Amino acid sequence: MSIAERAVEQVKALFPDQVLSAEVSAGQPFVCVKREKSKDILTYLRHDEELSFDVCIDITSADYLNQGAPERFAVVYNLLSLKNNGYFRVKVFVPEDDPTIESVAELWKCAPWAEREVFDLMGIEFKNHPDLRRILLPDYYTGHPMRKDYPLRGMGERDNFPRYVGEENA
Amino acid sequence: MGVESWLPEGLLTTQLSKVVNWARKNSLWPMPFGTACCAIELMATLSSRYDLARFGAEVIRFSPRQSDLMIVSGRISLKMMPVLLKIWEQMPEPKWCISQGACASCGGIFDNYAMIQGVDRFMPVDVYIPGCPPRPESIIDAIMKIQEMVDKEPLKRA
Amino acid sequence: MSDAPRPAIEIEEELSGDMGSKRMIVNFGPQHPATHGTLRNIIEIDGEVVKKITPEIGYLHSGFEKQSEYRTYNQIVTITDRMNYLSPLCNNVGFALAVEELMGIKVTPRCAGIRVILYELSRIADHILSVGLQAMDLGAFSVMLWTFIERERLYDIFEAVTGARLTTSYTRVGGLFRDVPSDFESMVRAFMVKCDKTIGEIDEILSSNDIFVKRTRGVGRISAEDAISFGLTGPLLRACGVARDLRKDKPCLGYENYQFDLVTEAEGDVYARYRVRMREMRESLKIVDQALKALPAGPINVDDPRISLPAKDEDNKPAGGMEGLIFHFKNYMYGHGISPPKGEVYSSTEAPNGELGFYIISDGTQRPFRMRVRPPSFYNYQSFPRMCEGSMLSDIVANMASLNIIAGELDR
Repeated sequence: MSIAERAVEQVKALFPDQVLSAEVSAGQPFVCVKREKSKDILTYLRHDEELSFDVCIDITSADYLNQGAPERFAVVYNLLSLKNNGYFRVKVFVPEDDPTIESVAELWKCAPWAEREVFDLMGIEFKNHPDLRRILLPDYYTGHPMRKDYPLRGMGERDNFPRYVGEENA
Repeated sequence: MGVESWLPEGLLTTQLSKVVNWARKNSLWPMPFGTACCAIELMATLSSRYDLARFGAEVIRFSPRQSDLMIVSGRISLKMMPVLLKIWEQMPEPKWCISQGACASCGGIFDNYAMIQGVDRFMPVDVYIPGCPPRPESIIDAIMKIQEMVDKEPLKRA
Repeated sequence: MSDAPRPAIEIEEELSGDMGSKRMIVNFGPQHPATHGTLRNIIEIDGEVVKKITPEIGYLHSGFEKQSEYRTYNQIVTITDRMNYLSPLCNNVGFALAVEELMGIKVTPRCAGIRVILYELSRIADHILSVGLQAMDLGAFSVMLWTFIERERLYDIFEAVTGARLTTSYTRVGGLFRDVPSDFESMVRAFMVKCDKTIGEIDEILSSNDIFVKRTRGVGRISAEDAISFGLTGPLLRACGVARDLRKDKPCLGYENYQFDLVTEAEGDVYARYRVRMREMRESLKIVDQALKALPAGPINVDDPRISLPAKDEDNKPAGGMEGLIFHFKNYMYGHGISPPKGEVYSSTEAPNGELGFYIISDGTQRPFRMRVRPPSFYNYQSFPRMCEGSMLSDIVANMASLNIIAGELDR
């Protein structure tokens, strides 16, 4: 049994009311959970002796607008266990009217920037984050581009700069 | 005939603007504003095979105060545009600008919320180089076009 | 969140007080010769000692992920070129592998062999430039010129195979753009001989050079535990002694058939990373040699008309008559084309900088629902403040060069 299947079993056994579904896609098992105890689930996965997911490879997000998903937003944690040489995915669904979730910055040192990026591009706030501000877009930017209802070409920010007219003409 | 026949050997007469332009065009000091992939092709142009130093561009000082040719190579994003404008303002006159690559000239393949659709929307550009990224030969061609432009400059810029 | 933009760092009051103190805030970037790409570091220094670094990124954010949602899978290959622009073939292969894993396609042996050869040549291109820039930052300018000569030789090979020097866009889902030319093996072997010699020369000039060693040994040290927690991968992790290489731990494209060593060093400092890169280049040459010997003949595209374009006959028309023509159209018409089944995949490869991962969610149409790139430089750069704590100002330059941050990948 691969480490991902083992992890799915353990999460279902220890947090049965939090698991929304356990699926397999392209041969990779993953689990979808509610957000109430997302930090507890991840803490367990991180510190468990056998599973030991000591590397958080990636934290990202997806916007399931009008797709029939349990909630609109999903924060996806891709984890890696060096000891068992296996990957695992945890998808936490976050509702649209209250897009907040607990930060996992204390569990993995790579989390702060990844969570800042999720906040910047998708607009999901992370509670107890050490330094939550925009990372890829300018500070004055409003809007969260990766949301499905944001236009690809933006809302005019890219045309909004002063034109250089030269010192003699200024 | 003319004045030259009365002068001792080894002396030439010419216009001041011609001498000044000749000196300027053969010692263009570039300010490489390299952001992305085009910067790698610019670095390749500056290296041994397509040596740009033979055009007088030996000194690649990354200081805007000491350069007269800005080469915008690479895509310019929202956060980088104020920086580009500031560096352009810090360059002393006379100055020229080459916009290298599709992204700097017109936004390239990135027609989205984060990319400036061409730096010429906000600052004057003298030569555009198409390509993604342009070959070093194109960059050298652009430098030669700038040299032609420098040649025609009047002494006092209108 | 308040509406007013927050300053990047809160400036402490004590800094503006005592004129005799040597504490000040220095801005390093985004336009600076020693930042490789558009990065900004706000450094608080006390004399020459660095107290705190706050990196700021996003100066090259190009909206790759949002743009990919509006492109078909084969169109996204052109976007992946522009991420790590020092080794674009690695990104192309990584992306094609991710989509193929999602669709459950296995490529032909010849395609796998060619992909491995080009992947390793790109790795050499990336590492050799990284070493060259590292040397240039520390003062050895000629080394950078030597490495650029090697890169030019590689550009000649890439141009003959893919048609472009830098932005190659060579892989397609299920195969490649076109087969390699007939003199591919002789070109690559000629390059290997010269590259070996250049690596030897760089080794001779740098590895035991007093100045280089003094500026890099003990600088930017990070422990293995911190490295794992920060998500470091690639040469940075192997320089801390952790033996993790996706070519050995999760092999694809036939990497399990090639003999090569997993290179690690123990110290975790800048010198160790330099040694790892130099030794990895030699291992890559070994892999290219074995892959060339084992390269089989055969087709390069998967034999499925829904995925690969049909071959062309002598009149440059799609072979197979009417059916071939229909398949050709169906591959390109709006609403048809490569459509992976509904699902998601996270697939990663050992890029020169670390673990390059692609997380793709597909909703059954020709355009991905979500295309996420896991960039190694992003996670590598996050550990930069930790590495530079308490070091001198000039060590920052050495450290930054050793991380090999590619801004295109960092900001996407």
